[in-house]
Amino acid sequence: MNIADSIMILLLLTNLGLLASSRLNACIKTVAIQGLIVGLLPLVATKGPLTIYSFLLALLIITVKGIVFPYLLKYTLRSVDVRREIEPFIGYGASIIIGIVALICSFWLSMHIPFPDKILSATAPAVAFFTIFCGLFLIVSRVKALTQVMGYIVFENGIYIFGSALFIEQSFLVELGIILDVFVVVFIMGIMMFHISRAFDHIDTDKLGEK
Amino acid sequence: MSDFDKFLMAQVGFIAALILSPLIPGIINRTKAVFAGRQGPPLLQLYYDLFKLLRKGAVYSNTTTWVFRAAPIVSLSAVIGVLMLIPCTGATPALISFQGDIIFFAYLFGISRFFTVTAALDTGSAFEGMGASREVLYAALAEPAFLIALSSLACLNNQISITGIFIASTANPFANIAVILLVAVTLTIVLLTENCRVPADDPNTHLELTMIHEVMVLDYGGSDLAYILYGSALKLWAFASILVAIVLPARTGSLFLDSAVFVGGIFIVAVIVGVIESTMARFRLDKIPKMLIAAAALSATALLLTITRG
Amino acid sequence: MILALIILLPAVAGLAAFFITWPFLRRALLLLTAVSHAALIAFCWIVRPEPILNGWIALDSAGLLFMTVSGVLFLAASIYAIGYLSREPKEQQDTDEGFFFTNTPENIFIACLQLFLSAMALVCTSQHFGLLWVAIEATTLASAPLIYFHRHHRSLEATWKYVLICSVGIGLALLGTLILTVSASAIHNNLMISELTDNSQLINPEWLKAAFLLFLVGYGTKMGLAPLHTWLPAAHSESPSLVSALLSGALLNCSFLGILRIHQVCVYAGQSEFSCNLLIFFGLFSMAVAAVFIIAQKDFKRMLAYSSVEHMGILALGVGLGGTAVFASMYHLINHSLTKGMLFLAAGNIIAFYKTRTSSDVKGILKRIPATGILWTAGLFAIAGFPPFGLFVSEFTIFKTAFDQGHFYICAIFLALLALIFAGMAYVMLNMSQGENADGKEKESLLMVLPPVVLGIITLILGLYIPDFLTNVLNEISIIFGAL
Repeated sequence: MNIADSIMILLLLTNLGLLASSRLNACIKTVAIQGLIVGLLPLVATKGPLTIYSFLLALLIITVKGIVFPYLLKYTLRSVDVRREIEPFIGYGASIIIGIVALICSFWLSMHIPFPDKILSATAPAVAFFTIFCGLFLIVSRVKALTQVMGYIVFENGIYIFGSALFIEQSFLVELGIILDVFVVVFIMGIMMFHISRAFDHIDTDKLGEK
Repeated sequence: MSDFDKFLMAQVGFIAALILSPLIPGIINRTKAVFAGRQGPPLLQLYYDLFKLLRKGAVYSNTTTWVFRAAPIVSLSAVIGVLMLIPCTGATPALISFQGDIIFFAYLFGISRFFTVTAALDTGSAFEGMGASREVLYAALAEPAFLIALSSLACLNNQISITGIFIASTANPFANIAVILLVAVTLTIVLLTENCRVPADDPNTHLELTMIHEVMVLDYGGSDLAYILYGSALKLWAFASILVAIVLPARTGSLFLDSAVFVGGIFIVAVIVGVIESTMARFRLDKIPKMLIAAAALSATALLLTITRG
Repeated sequence: MILALIILLPAVAGLAAFFITWPFLRRALLLLTAVSHAALIAFCWIVRPEPILNGWIALDSAGLLFMTVSGVLFLAASIYAIGYLSREPKEQQDTDEGFFFTNTPENIFIACLQLFLSAMALVCTSQHFGLLWVAIEATTLASAPLIYFHRHHRSLEATWKYVLICSVGIGLALLGTLILTVSASAIHNNLMISELTDNSQLINPEWLKAAFLLFLVGYGTKMGLAPLHTWLPAAHSESPSLVSALLSGALLNCSFLGILRIHQVCVYAGQSEFSCNLLIFFGLFSMAVAAVFIIAQKDFKRMLAYSSVEHMGILALGVGLGGTAVFASMYHLINHSLTKGMLFLAAGNIIAFYKTRTSSDVKGILKRIPATGILWTAGLFAIAGFPPFGLFVSEFTIFKTAFDQGHFYICAIFLALLALIFAGMAYVMLNMSQGENADGKEKESLLMVLPPVVLGIITLILGLYIPDFLTNVLNEISIIFGAL
């Protein structure tokens, strides 16, 4: 069991934790932990010796995803008067069961994809798919705007894990991934400025003939 | 070691387990007492209780049938059967072992529970019926978690018998630390639920509305109650020994040392249960299914990780 | 040099507009930017500009076409914007629910409008998948404040939906980009479109398929392909009409260009069958979904938005069919943008006079505001693909290609859906134009009528005659994307 494998399993558990948690505070903490763990990936996923670049990248990701976002989310949680419960469309028990099914599918998928010879860890692609799924699932299955933002952060983490899993080292692409964080900031700002305490009744379905 | 020696060891271990298991509730209670700053009951309290109860006769309600009388005996025998499947020294084979006995193992608990629940319904008391329904609900949710955890152990060690798993888990304890930790967490949750400990149930509660397991055995007295108390002590021992076998697979080569570590491990589990009971509050009833589903999720993850490892 | 100007000019002007406090100067700057941008594009038609930034930014025929369409539409929209902004009060009453709301400050609106143009120009010119991705992300960020121009809860909801759904799409497209680098790991510099097409034999086909799928889902979300179109009706209906016109006529095209770029790589790598089939499927599915929602639609701007979903479907279908249909599809793109721009601007006029978006409350446009009424009625026939309008030519060619290729079931579905959509739209739109009106005739200002009329005349001309320079560019594009 190497470090990369352990990191992947921790990430997997944080995802399950997110699906199961019913309090916003706990959710924010889990997202922070996931951010910290994702931040370790640049150190693990380098082919050669560690460079200053990968240290800086790790530092940046840890600061942004592990410290700044959780702080902003907490601040928003305090400043916008929202109920501390998560209010799911799909209950926690059902969420976990769906999560397990998704996990099985992710493993199945990653076993049937002919990956290039060198990947970070056997479990990494599956965990990446699962993280992406969890992010999307949180976005569509939770009522609050704040939870949707967390879902988006998780989704983004999933993409980043996928990149590290395949050792995609084009620094340009990695930096592109960081630009994605701009959206998160936009979302959080949106919630803070416009006091979106709940998202809207139908984020993904458009009712026929509605006004 | 010859076959006869192994058989002898298994017998000795089995009898030792039968004798030592009433210590476990004593240790748990003592731990709780220490945490609460009390003196606490003596370690051997359950032994005293058992002797006292065995000397008493039983009183049966007129509404009950033979089911009610048979239940304590059947459920105790089922648990003793479970104990026969477990290598009681940790490293030597169990008294009985065959391919696929992990299923038998899980369903012996099922038989034991089935009779307890039927007997509770047999009394016709509303409270006991309520306890029975809760017990069944949690058992139904705990069973998948338990079975999936056992199957991931089976896959991990390529063995489908309890003895096989116990002996094979020596091989390389740190190679699969993630799987083992996941299974251990699952088994701990299942242990707490199945044995009616906090946070799933509170063995000390005296309000029928909040009881789960205790309420089902309210109508028993005398020797029947002794069987039930003894049975639950054995059940704790059985669960604790699986936990110890996978987390603490001591293989020094010396049989004495190994057995000592094994039994010591079981007592440590008892202490841990005591600590959990002193530091945690009992969960609200609707949170317990969530916890059990989470446990099932963890064990499913463990199973997936084991399978995909190839 | 010219390319840099095309991209940077609107960006600089946008930043400047943010700090200008005098409304007249701001609006003049907007107009100036639009005119000079259009002039620069016109210059590009005469002399194709040199690539800059090591070829990361270059103008090929597809980029030129898309940029021209958005430039023309932006010019029309900014002329319309002058009139629109001057008649918008500081605080007004909501037409549906009766509460009062304010507008986004004009400097932010004009600044974002120009930044939006700059981002779209970058989308059209980028020859690098990473840069393309950044540009498409930038269009989302620049256009979000435009949708939230009227500050109330419905438009906030529309904006939230728009940003959230599109950014998930953008994230998936990033995943697609990552997978593209995996598929082309044998190629150095493997995000440049030209490198990929030149060395297409080195690309791993399975990974390329996965990348295409993610690009299609990711950029398709923004393009409005069903079932990922759900942000589109709300955003189009809540934003000011000139922004709806830009979203529908320019932004959707830009996302389509993102899909076309990866389709191009698929064609060169010999995987066109896979990508074409997917495009055909999503095209027909989008048309079907649009047809379902257009019938029984009460809000006429929402109806126009669903019509955009339909036409995006037709574009995807055309490119999927390949051959002549690609030519037709590109031609369709021009005409759709112009017609839809005209219709949305006309819808803006209707809202200005009737103060409602509910179609059943609008009666007798032809009597009350005749110029808009004529535009609205003509627009119906134009968007439904009646001769002599341009959309007739393109839809007929797509139909004919499908027929020639022997895809009879596609032909049948295509025709049935077009008929259904025409029936649905005609019922609503003709009811609005016809009928009596109690308020009598009112006068429309020139700024309200001129831009849509010009757009309408262009699409009418394009229906009758295709100029040679346009034919050449369209031919070049259909050679690049024609999978046959």
